[in-house]
Amino acid sequence: MSILVVAEHDNSVMNAVTLNVVTAALALDADVHVLVAGQNCQSVADEASNVSGVTKVLLASQECYSHSLGENMGALIAELGSSYTHILAPATTNGKNYLPRAAALLDVEQISEVVAIESADTFKRPIYAGNAIATVQSTDAIKMMTIRGTAFEAANASGGSASVESIDNNTDSGLSSFVSEEVAKSDRPDLSAAKVVISGGRGMQNGENFSMLEKIADKLGAAVGASRAAVDAGFVPNDMQVGQTGKIVAPDLYIAVGISGAIQHLAGMKDSKVIVAINKDEDAPIFQVADYGLVADLFDAIPELDAAL
Amino acid sequence: MKILVAVKRVIDYNVKVRVKPDHTDVDLANVKMAMNPFCEIAVEEAVRIKEKGGADEIVVVSIGEAKSEEQIRSAMALGADRGILVSSDESLSSLTVAKTLKAIVDKEQPGLVILGKQSIDSDNNQTGQMLAALAGLSQGTFASEVNIEGDKVSMVREIDGGLQTLSLTMPALITADLRLNEPRYAKLPDIMKAKRKPLEKMELADLGIEVNKTVTTIKVEPPAEREGGVIVADVAELVEKLKNEAKVLP
Repeated sequence: MSILVVAEHDNSVMNAVTLNVVTAALALDADVHVLVAGQNCQSVADEASNVSGVTKVLLASQECYSHSLGENMGALIAELGSSYTHILAPATTNGKNYLPRAAALLDVEQISEVVAIESADTFKRPIYAGNAIATVQSTDAIKMMTIRGTAFEAANASGGSASVESIDNNTDSGLSSFVSEEVAKSDRPDLSAAKVVISGGRGMQNGENFSMLEKIADKLGAAVGASRAAVDAGFVPNDMQVGQTGKIVAPDLYIAVGISGAIQHLAGMKDSKVIVAINKDEDAPIFQVADYGLVADLFDAIPELDAAL
Repeated sequence: MKILVAVKRVIDYNVKVRVKPDHTDVDLANVKMAMNPFCEIAVEEAVRIKEKGGADEIVVVSIGEAKSEEQIRSAMALGADRGILVSSDESLSSLTVAKTLKAIVDKEQPGLVILGKQSIDSDNNQTGQMLAALAGLSQGTFASEVNIEGDKVSMVREIDGGLQTLSLTMPALITADLRLNEPRYAKLPDIMKAKRKPLEKMELADLGIEVNKTVTTIKVEPPAEREGGVIVADVAELVEKLKNEAKVLP
């Protein structure tokens, strides 16, 4: 039995979440292959071949895979799928887009956002926005799963020496085409992968005040996030949102600033190792999940914290 | 052009979910049910497209227990013209629902199909993508903007780190993300009118669909509770504890 992991990348660098998915795959079997589908993405294949535990890298380099379009990726994975017992992709917007398409083409179900692997056919996943955890068992010949990266440790990025095999599949559907992309450029780490996250809520009052959090983030090597309330109020863009409808994060340290702690937000960060809450309302629900709570006006506390670091 | 919208009956998003003591499922007895919020956004988008002259008919379909008629009527009150209810008392997998919707797509031949990106009960986020695969439709998931341009759909997707614009060939499938629109509230006269709109009812078996049962839920548990921690007096104590007790600061 072999496991296929679909790599997440931007054609030049492998996204670190792929390493977490490899760990999930290694919990199933030792024969783990990684599919790198993109365009001019040899460097990603080389990176994947160095990952500890990976036995083979499949490199599909075609123009039609350059933007991970769901139709083309789905068809490619379906073509390769019958050689595998399990196919795993990260539960990113890419993985969530193409993997169900591949599953339907292979006539199997998909198990979404797996957070624990109990055995080769039994898995745990959150339902109802994380308010319940379901254990599910699959009898499908091919188990297709998206993996929540934060629930698994990262595999070692070096130490492997897998062979890289180029494959010439070309599954261009012609059904859709890429027009453009606006991706926020930042020197800070990616929210989903950061070891430290500092998030602001409605209490920040406006977008400019987020610069106070950015200063601390730069000192701690942290990513900056936000609650849905702060996004809905127009303070910051939606890709900063942590929560049920945004990013799921589980850093070593999560600092919630001016966030009340709606269930929606907690669903996105409650698996963080250490949670700090700074809020002037001592009854805010965020304090019920925080390891360290500070009841204070953030406009006093944040400059003090900045000075103390 | 015809738009097909699929809606799902789920637990109301304001209800606090509780796991049954025997850990077989969450407790749905006597809880308020409603249209899945993402499906409501899908219906609203279809109505806005029709209002702008981009479509001439909106067909709403729901698959599930017979009471899903309530959610079809709600969609009609928002502006859908006609309904299809495919009823089944069994718990239906995403693949089963996608196959059922494929049968409806074959029959109705819509130019555009809109679904919510996920339902807030199973949180699967897969039915739209599966339907697109089975029906051979182009797919635009997690939409925050949709524009019909001739026989193409220009749409903006919410992706990790930003936004992506795609051009889809019709017939196309869209899944609605949270920021696509803010659904309107149904007005009383429209709720009354919705009761008289045509609704076709059928059973899952009438479409020749078998329920796929390859994935079974063997246990449902509440998530691990997080213990509340301590309240610190000031920033100095906070930094001291993060350094020396939690050891998360250097």
